[in-house]
Amino acid sequence: MLEVKDIVKQYSKHRALDHVSFQIDKGSIFGLLGPNGAGKTSLIRIINQITAPDHGEILFNGESLGPKHISRIGYLPEERGLYKKMLIGEQLLYLAQLKGLSKSDATERIKMWFEKMDMQTWWDKKVEDLSKGMQQKVQFVATVIHEPELIILDEPFSGFDPVNVDIIKNEIIDLNKKGATIIFSTHRMESVEELCDSIVLIDKSKKILDGKVSEIKNEYRNNNYLIKYSTEAKHLDNLSETNLYRVINMQIHDNEAKATIEILNNHRINEVLAFLITQVQIQELVEIIPSIHDIFVKRVKENY
Amino acid sequence: MEKIFLIIKREYVSRVKKKSFLVVTFLVPLLFIAMWGGIVALSIQDTTSKSLISVIDESDTIFPDLKNTSSISFKKATGTAGSEKKNLQNGENSYLLIIPENILDKQNLELLSSQKASIFIQEEIRDQVENILREAQLRNAGIDLETLKNIQPNVKITSLEITEEGSEQESNAGIAMGIGMFSSIMIYLTLFIYGSQVMRGVIEEKNNRVVEIIISSVKPFQLMLGKIVGIGLVGLTQFLLWIILSGALFTAGGLFLANQMPDTFSSEELSSLSSSVPSSSIAQGSMLSDLQGSMANIDFPYLITCFLIFFIGGYLLYSALFAAVGSAVDNETETQQFMLPITMPLLFTYVLSFGVLIKDPHGPLAFWLSMIPFTSPIAMMVRVPFGVPLWELAISVTLLIGGFILTTWVAARIYRVGILMYGKKASYKELIKWFNYRK
Repeated sequence: MLEVKDIVKQYSKHRALDHVSFQIDKGSIFGLLGPNGAGKTSLIRIINQITAPDHGEILFNGESLGPKHISRIGYLPEERGLYKKMLIGEQLLYLAQLKGLSKSDATERIKMWFEKMDMQTWWDKKVEDLSKGMQQKVQFVATVIHEPELIILDEPFSGFDPVNVDIIKNEIIDLNKKGATIIFSTHRMESVEELCDSIVLIDKSKKILDGKVSEIKNEYRNNNYLIKYSTEAKHLDNLSETNLYRVINMQIHDNEAKATIEILNNHRINEVLAFLITQVQIQELVEIIPSIHDIFVKRVKENY
Repeated sequence: MEKIFLIIKREYVSRVKKKSFLVVTFLVPLLFIAMWGGIVALSIQDTTSKSLISVIDESDTIFPDLKNTSSISFKKATGTAGSEKKNLQNGENSYLLIIPENILDKQNLELLSSQKASIFIQEEIRDQVENILREAQLRNAGIDLETLKNIQPNVKITSLEITEEGSEQESNAGIAMGIGMFSSIMIYLTLFIYGSQVMRGVIEEKNNRVVEIIISSVKPFQLMLGKIVGIGLVGLTQFLLWIILSGALFTAGGLFLANQMPDTFSSEELSSLSSSVPSSSIAQGSMLSDLQGSMANIDFPYLITCFLIFFIGGYLLYSALFAAVGSAVDNETETQQFMLPITMPLLFTYVLSFGVLIKDPHGPLAFWLSMIPFTSPIAMMVRVPFGVPLWELAISVTLLIGGFILTTWVAARIYRVGILMYGKKASYKELIKWFNYRK
C-alpha cells in the first residue's frame, strides 16, 4: 500500500529523518511509534505532501506519491483545529469539497456521519460552542468524510473520554474492515497492542525497529515465567541448586507465593515444570511476554 | 484550480456575512455625508457666538462707520482707557479696540482682549477699518465714490487644460487637490484595513491549527492566494456599495438642501451635480455652486477606474507581504517588528502626499514615487486628478503588476514554511532561512 523508501529530511542543521524505510501492507493498521521529537510528524507531513523529502521517495500503491493521491488520504493532525466561527455543517462541507467531493455527495455523507456519531443537531452549531471532545468528533469526521484509502491518525484518542475513545476505536476498526489502511501514531502503547498489526519505531530520526507486532514480541521473549503456588512447601530459591532456572523476583502472601523465574541453559518450560511439580503445589504458570511498551522503552534507552 | 475557488468563496462569504461588514458598509457613507453636510451647514449658517467690542475712538472718525455683523457688534466705550482695561481684566468685557488719533497716518490699531482674539474677529475689524480708511483717503484725493462703486470689473478665470485628445477641459486645481488628498487617504486606509485582514486571517488559521488540515488538501500557495483574492473581493464589494450608497445619499442630501434653502440655490443648480452644466451659466453663484459646477466636470468613472486599478495592484502587492508576516508569528502582538518595513513606504508616501506631491504633482519626486510599485498606489492617485499622461499610467501599472508578482513569490516561500512553525519566535534571519528551504 505504502512504501517509504530511504527518506531523508534535513532542516538546515537538524536532520529530522535519516534514511528511513519501511512498508505498510494494504488493509493493515500500522503503528508509527517514537518518542517526542523523533521525526514522526516530519514523516507524516511528507506522506501528506505538506513537505517534500530531500532524498528518497514514497510509493502509494506502487506509484510515486503525487497530487492525485491527496484525495485518497485522510489526515487527523495531532494539533487539532477547526474554524471557530464557522458552522459545523459548512465547515465539514468545505473540508470535504477541498478533498474533491462534490457538494451533494459531501452533504449526504456528512448527514450519514452525523447520524452515526449521534450529532444530528450539530449542523448549525459553531465550533466554539462545542466541548473539546465534541470538537474532536467533528475533526474525526472531517478526516474520514471522503472515504480515504489511507487514514493517518496522529494521537487520535487524546482529548476523548473513555466512552468516546471506544466509539472512535470502533469506527477505526470498522473503517479498517472496509478496506482502509490506517497509520496510527500514538504514545498510548496499550492501544498499539490492541489495534496494530505492524509497527515501526523511530528514534532520533532513524528507524530502530519494525515488523509485525506478534513477531516483534516473539523476538523479545526472554524465557521469563510467572509461577503461583501455595506456600505450605518451600521457598523456590532454596530449590534452585538445579541449573534449570533462576529466580528474578519473589513475593509471598499468607499462603500464596508468586515467583518470576528465568529459564536457564536452553531448558524447556516442560522440564522446569516437571521438576517443580515434585516440589510445590502449582496454581498458575504464565509466560511473561514483553509488552510493546517495554520493548519501546528498552530500545529507546539502548539507543540513548 | 477548483479548490482555489472554494477557498476564495469561503473567505469571501464568511466575511461578507459578518455583522461588522454590514455596519461598516452602511456607516462609512453616512459618515461622509454627515461630514459634507456639516461643512455645508457651517458655511451657510453662522452659528458662532456674538462678540461685543468696546471701542475707544480717539480719532472720532472711525467708530460711526463700524458696522455690526452677525458675529461682532461694536459699542462706544464709556470710560477711559484705564478703566476699560480694568473691565477687561475682571472679565466684564472681552474685547477693547483702541483707535489712535492719527489712525489715518499710522494705520495701526490695538485690540485688547481677555482671551486670545480670534483670527476672524481680527480680520473682520481690519477689513472694516481698511474700507473706512480707503474711503476717507479716496475722498481726500477728490475721487467720487459713486463713480468708483460703479466701476467693478468682475474677471473670472476659467482654467482650461489641453487633454491628449486635444480637447479643452476645464480644470480646477482646488478640486483636483481635494480629490487627490481624498484618494490618498482612501488608498492608504484601505490597503491597511484589507492587508491586515489577510494577516489576521493567516494568524487565525495558524493559531487554530486548521492550516495543517487545509494544506493536506491544497498547496500552501493556493491557500494564501485564495485568502488574498477572497478578502480583496470583500474590499471591492465594499467599495461598490459605498459608491452606490454615497451616490444615493448625496443626491438625496442635495435635494433636501434645495428644499431647505430655495432662496440660496435653485434645485436646478444642485442637480447640476450629476448633469453637466457649464460653470459659466452659474455666473455670480456662491462658492458652493462654483464647486458644484467644477464637480460636474470631474470624470468620476475615470477616477474610480484608476482608483480600483491602483487599489487592486497595491492590495495584491502588500497583502502578500502581510500574509508572510502573519505566517511568521503566533499572535498579533508579535507582528510589530515585521510590520515596520512594510508600512514605511506607505506611510512615507502618505505623508508626502499632503505636501510635495499635491503641490508639485508633475515634479520628479512625484513622478518617481508614482513609478515605484511600493509607493505608486498612493502617489499615482494623488497625481491622477491633475491629469497624468497615459504612457505614465501604463508604465506605473506594469511595474505594479511586476511588483506584486515579486512580493507574492517571496511571500509564498516564507508562508509555506511559516504556517507550520509553531511556538518559534521568528527573526529576519529565520525568514531568510525559510525562504531558502527547498520545500
